[in-house]
Amino acid sequence: MDRKKVTIDGNEAAAYVAYNLNEVCAIYPITPSSNMGEWCDAWSAAKRKNLWGVIPTVSELQSEGGASGAVHGALQSGALTTTFTASQGLLLMIPNMFKIAGELTSTVFHVSARSIAAQALSIFGDHSDVMAVRSTGFAMFASNSIQEVMDFACIAQAATLESRIPFLHFFDGFRTSHEVMKIEQLSNDDMLKMIDYDLVIAHRKRALTPDNPVMRGTAQNPDVYFQGRETVNKYYDACPDIVQKQMDKFAGITGRQYKLFDYVGDPEAERVIVMMGSGAETAHETIEYLTEKKEKVGLIKVRLYRPFSNKHLMEALPPTVKSIAVLDRTKEPGSAGEPLYLDVVNAVTETYNNGDLKLHSFPKITGGRYGLSSKEFSPAMVISLFDEMKNERPKNHFTIGIIDDVTNTSIPWDPRLSIEPEETFRGKFYGLGADGTVGANKNSIKIIGEETDFFAQGYFVYDSKKSGSTTTSHLRFGPRPIRSTYLINNPKFVACHQQVFLEKMDILEDAVNGATFLLNTQISKDKVWESLPEKIQKDIIKKNIKFYIIDAYKVANETGMGVRINSIMQTCFFAISNILPRDKAIESIKKAIKKTYGNKGEKIVQMNFDSVDKTLENLFEVEVPANVTSSLQFLPPVSGNAPEFVKQLTSRLIDGKGDFVPVSLMPADGTYPVGTAAWEKRNIGLEVPIWEQSICIQCNKCVIVCPHAAIRAKVYDEALLKDAPATFQSMKFKGKEIGEGHAYTIQVAVEDCTGCGICVEICPAKNKKETRLKALNLGEQLPIRVQERENLEFFLNLPEIDRNKLNHSNIKESQFLQPLFEYSGACSGCGETPYVKLASQLFGDRMLVANATGCSSIYGGNLPTTPWAKNKDGKGPAWSNSLFEDNAEFGFGFRLAIDSHNENAKQLLAKLAGEVGEDLANEIINAEQKDEPAIYEQRERVEILKKKLMDMKSDEAKQLLSIADYLVKKSVWIMGGDGWAYDIGYGGLDHVLASGKNVNVLVLDTEVYSNTGGQMSKSTPRGAVAKFAAAGKPMPKKDLAMLAVSYGNIYVARVAMGASDTQTVRAFMEAEAYDGPSLIIAYSHCIAHGIDMMKGMSNQKAAVESGHWPLFRFNPELAAQGQNPFKLDSKAPKIPLKDYAYMETRYKMLTKSHPEEAEKLMKLAQEDVNGRWKMYEGLVEEYEKISKNGNGDGALKQAAAVIKSKI
Amino acid sequence: MDLSTTYLGLKLKNPLVPSASPLSKSIGKIKEMEDAGASAIVMYSLFEEQLTHDALELHHYTSTTQDSHAEATSYFPEADDYHLGPEEYLEHIRKAKEAVDIPIIGSLNGSTPGGWTEYAKKIEQAGADALELNIYLLAADLNKTSADIEKIYIDILRSVKSTVSIPVAMKISPYFSSLAGFAKQLDDNGADGLVLFNRFYQPDIDLEALEVIPNVLFSNPQSMRLPLRWIAILYGKIKADMAATSGIHSAEDVLKMMMVGANVTQIFAALHMFGTGHIKSLLNDIEDWMEKHEYESIEQMRGSMSHKSVANPAAFERANYMKALTTFK
Repeated sequence: MDRKKVTIDGNEAAAYVAYNLNEVCAIYPITPSSNMGEWCDAWSAAKRKNLWGVIPTVSELQSEGGASGAVHGALQSGALTTTFTASQGLLLMIPNMFKIAGELTSTVFHVSARSIAAQALSIFGDHSDVMAVRSTGFAMFASNSIQEVMDFACIAQAATLESRIPFLHFFDGFRTSHEVMKIEQLSNDDMLKMIDYDLVIAHRKRALTPDNPVMRGTAQNPDVYFQGRETVNKYYDACPDIVQKQMDKFAGITGRQYKLFDYVGDPEAERVIVMMGSGAETAHETIEYLTEKKEKVGLIKVRLYRPFSNKHLMEALPPTVKSIAVLDRTKEPGSAGEPLYLDVVNAVTETYNNGDLKLHSFPKITGGRYGLSSKEFSPAMVISLFDEMKNERPKNHFTIGIIDDVTNTSIPWDPRLSIEPEETFRGKFYGLGADGTVGANKNSIKIIGEETDFFAQGYFVYDSKKSGSTTTSHLRFGPRPIRSTYLINNPKFVACHQQVFLEKMDILEDAVNGATFLLNTQISKDKVWESLPEKIQKDIIKKNIKFYIIDAYKVANETGMGVRINSIMQTCFFAISNILPRDKAIESIKKAIKKTYGNKGEKIVQMNFDSVDKTLENLFEVEVPANVTSSLQFLPPVSGNAPEFVKQLTSRLIDGKGDFVPVSLMPADGTYPVGTAAWEKRNIGLEVPIWEQSICIQCNKCVIVCPHAAIRAKVYDEALLKDAPATFQSMKFKGKEIGEGHAYTIQVAVEDCTGCGICVEICPAKNKKETRLKALNLGEQLPIRVQERENLEFFLNLPEIDRNKLNHSNIKESQFLQPLFEYSGACSGCGETPYVKLASQLFGDRMLVANATGCSSIYGGNLPTTPWAKNKDGKGPAWSNSLFEDNAEFGFGFRLAIDSHNENAKQLLAKLAGEVGEDLANEIINAEQKDEPAIYEQRERVEILKKKLMDMKSDEAKQLLSIADYLVKKSVWIMGGDGWAYDIGYGGLDHVLASGKNVNVLVLDTEVYSNTGGQMSKSTPRGAVAKFAAAGKPMPKKDLAMLAVSYGNIYVARVAMGASDTQTVRAFMEAEAYDGPSLIIAYSHCIAHGIDMMKGMSNQKAAVESGHWPLFRFNPELAAQGQNPFKLDSKAPKIPLKDYAYMETRYKMLTKSHPEEAEKLMKLAQEDVNGRWKMYEGLVEEYEKISKNGNGDGALKQAAAVIKSKI
Repeated sequence: MDLSTTYLGLKLKNPLVPSASPLSKSIGKIKEMEDAGASAIVMYSLFEEQLTHDALELHHYTSTTQDSHAEATSYFPEADDYHLGPEEYLEHIRKAKEAVDIPIIGSLNGSTPGGWTEYAKKIEQAGADALELNIYLLAADLNKTSADIEKIYIDILRSVKSTVSIPVAMKISPYFSSLAGFAKQLDDNGADGLVLFNRFYQPDIDLEALEVIPNVLFSNPQSMRLPLRWIAILYGKIKADMAATSGIHSAEDVLKMMMVGANVTQIFAALHMFGTGHIKSLLNDIEDWMEKHEYESIEQMRGSMSHKSVANPAAFERANYMKALTTFK
């Protein structure tokens, strides 16, 4: 049977089978598995039916714990049910997995295996997560390639139904989940043949039903629990044979034969590797290469890892084997060895002990680790390992793929070695996230996959910044099956889609001789050579590289494509590479365009067609001169002034050489210095704000809204200007607050600015002669880069103004405070970071931050460089990320420790008062530290105390010295997004808020899971489209603020900087000052809203004016003073909700996809707004009454009484 | 009493036709207007430029963030299909035709030559009884002469006329150097009706923000003077029917327009202010007036006060100004 060939990634392959074979999917988004749930949701929304004519229900829960609970429930109620997850998500499912397995329930969980957060989080692939659930009783089934993902998803379903053992089907995160490959798609007929419907009925019959009631989930006592646990043995014993039987059946249907342990290599191999996952494909490819050279080597691919069948493993091993190396893609510190290694050792030993060993000799068995967090695993490594195995005493407990110079576990390899066949096309494409490079390459792979008989593979690497991120696409295709599950290091084709990359990336370094180089440049054919760095010129000449250029932005501009150069670059690629005849290629590109954009209308399709047609006339081959003429050098990754740590480690990560950082350079416990982002000059803003001081009114609004702290204001002594660089701009400071003789400067960090333009948009000062000009205007970065680098350095070295002289509640003055959160990798124009930065300005020097996993933990804490910084006194925010779900509790722990240290210090101080001085001790102990000057005074006192303590010898003095700093007030900030606060972390957040402890919670509310790509949260408003709410969210947004207000003793504020920066700053000040729990919910515009990010603040304003986001502050302290604690800070809605909502794609797209639903939901959403506003107004009145007559009952009064008693 | 009239070859029971406005976006409102006595409905305009803009906007915001970050390969769920073309509008016309018995006149604002003809054809196929071309063109290009501008109108008219067989009315602005001459050109090129006049948005300036602000000004009763004059001048001199629009709020306004020669009056602002029921009161008032003044039919009064029928036609021309000047003195 000729099956349909599809070019898809691993996630889609798994989802395709899972959707067809299930009735219920309960999920929660987590990278890299999110796409599986999203595919199912999209198909369900499109009313696609499963194999048996049912439209599966896809439901997003509040956490993976919730998802697994729902899966458990649905399974117990007889539905074929699945879920998709990874990493911490899988860990959250463990309790239910034990239950599901204990109850012998048929299900398949599909897992794109990912690292577990340990010393650091990582979104990339290894087996740490799946290895952590070995004891749950789930069968564990590993796929190594996209084809296997589809095949094994089906075999697993058949096997789970027959064996009754639940299956965990896993494959490598990113390498397999996101790799695009041409595969054969299983037909409905294939799947129907594989699934025995009687077993489905048997599964249903085990359902809980009042029509035939039973109970399951009893509590058992010491008398029988043990025996009960042993009842499952026979099912586990039977499972391997059942899986093999299903594999054989599958082979009969599709012709693809799998074994529980598949062997490849020489039948008389002496050295054999045992492993599972995508790395086995690379090993397979290498073994084919080595056996051709008559090497006696082989590979065992472990398919069914649990239940582990010693018998089947031993049968698979060639009897000639002398040395076995077991590779684990996980790390179990402190263990005798990693799990697969121990299993193999046990299998061989047990077989030997039983007298059944059929091998010629008892082999040496070694084990090692490879590929953690998607670390490259290449043929060179496999070859090195086989070389090592030749040794009499091969290295055991080794690592491969890193340089371990501390415990010397690593086996060296040759990173330049390649075994790839000559006929395989290898292309590397460097692009920007926003230019469509990856999308175009995905399309190209599909075209080649569908239009030729070639095998095709695509893999995409993204850097970890959210703005100006670089993408590298790795494309292979050729006549032989592709098993190269590693990056391309010897491309035949290199495309650079942004010329700016050439400033710092040596992109032709690994190109082969005779390669082709395509550059997108605005420089003409005659002049482009001169613009290239010396090294690039050298490589082009030396390697005889063919050089082509295209001005893709010109073509894009002329055809209305804007910054999307995808179709243009794709056309160039096909035109130059000759993979398909040119006409055929163009026809195919157009077909792909029609398929991709057809749903967006004829205009979009035509626009893309036009760009394709216009491309060829703008594509030129450049005649390569014989000599190198350039002296341009690559920019260094960091400046020579960088601190040693940055020079030694960080700079190598920035430079893309992190793979070769030895273990000795890495901090052992995940602790890193702060302020590293300042050393990474990314130069991604092509246009940056330029200050026109003659127009400036010194309002500092540009400073407060800047998401990247890249535009700053400073006031300083005019006399300091004498040393200023020639182009440094300044003006007389207009304020009277700090006396005469001061100058004022707005300085832009042009190399850190992303060019979002929010500052320009917010600037209220217009040129009186020409109103389109403001005090800030966007201008080209390149011509001013060097001068502004010098100006910034001068600016930063100007002394910071004394914080105590400033009124921090005043917008203008607050913005003279140094930001201690700078140059983050957040999206250009991010709506979250201005709030984070504000907190760092106001409280940074005494702040601890607990950061929930999500956007803020990624732009806040993802290497290579991080934005949290410290001031010249070495003080600044201390930051940590625990998990997604526990952030409130994590921060709460900070508070407990600080309070404990503080109490302890006070007691010790009281004891030591006689020695350090009674007055000093009393002043310190009794200091209220209500405001910044008072805290400053306390800090001074504590410094005196510490000096005294240093001269004292007693144990108590030593103890006090270690915690004396806790006598100065510390500010605990718990930050995260709405996914955390409204969903996964809500239980903990609620508990921490209810604790009464002095913590400050900042919810960066984008109303959607931003980091994982826009999934619905309980904050998503009614009528907005999000993933898992494709037809618009039908339910209203949760009013988290009111839930907190209901306690009565929690400070609660809802803020939106774009609507009122004054109210925002006040709320931050009040929240921090309040001696109890505080919650600030901050409206954060986001790219997931589908808006012009430059105008994000206008969207915020409209959100408030429409009543969608009423501003208020609820301050229990006011109640204690007999005043109304509830203050509505915004006016009654003055524009209809739709006038705000339809500024944003998330709402507007519903009018295009589901017009009737859009109208209905908008009407309801407007009613929500009206109702909520009335309720708030009513609350103001009610609180007024309570606060006036003092006779009110309930939480507020009680809270007021508590607060009074505290004051 | 016979209030009937003809417009674009359609026999209408009275001269009250709600003009292209958001009111016609709701089938319920269309029915209300029919119940109140409207004799035909001009649908809200299909703006080709808006459709194109919406498609581009949707494409931009859903595609530029795609495949840019490892954790978020996209930010929006993609629908298999979007209602980005005129389907929604055409479906609305179909529904309107099913819902009411009075004629439905489609309204189109194209932005490309292909758009004008393609959408006109589709509107015809959707069942519209006639088509109003809402040409919304502000001649702000210093390099274009009045002849260039007029040619654009004529070209559009001719291409649409050659595409559809339903009657076509041209809704134009008063900003032509020779309006009468231009009306004749439209007439000669096959316009079945003229709708006088289109009202352009009049921008304002926000003095505080120093920004230009779009400003929607509704017509006031004085606005009717402009179409009144021109209909009076054109009546009987061109074959095309004429619809008066702008500032028609009262029965008297309708009667005046009939007397200068309009076939129908198009109303919106009054309906916006007083509700769709206002049509009924207008009709009552018209009947009362006609009864009181012993008119038998609208036909009887049509054109009776036009340029060619009045005693002093010059009053519609420059003399009017002179007289005003004299009076003032």
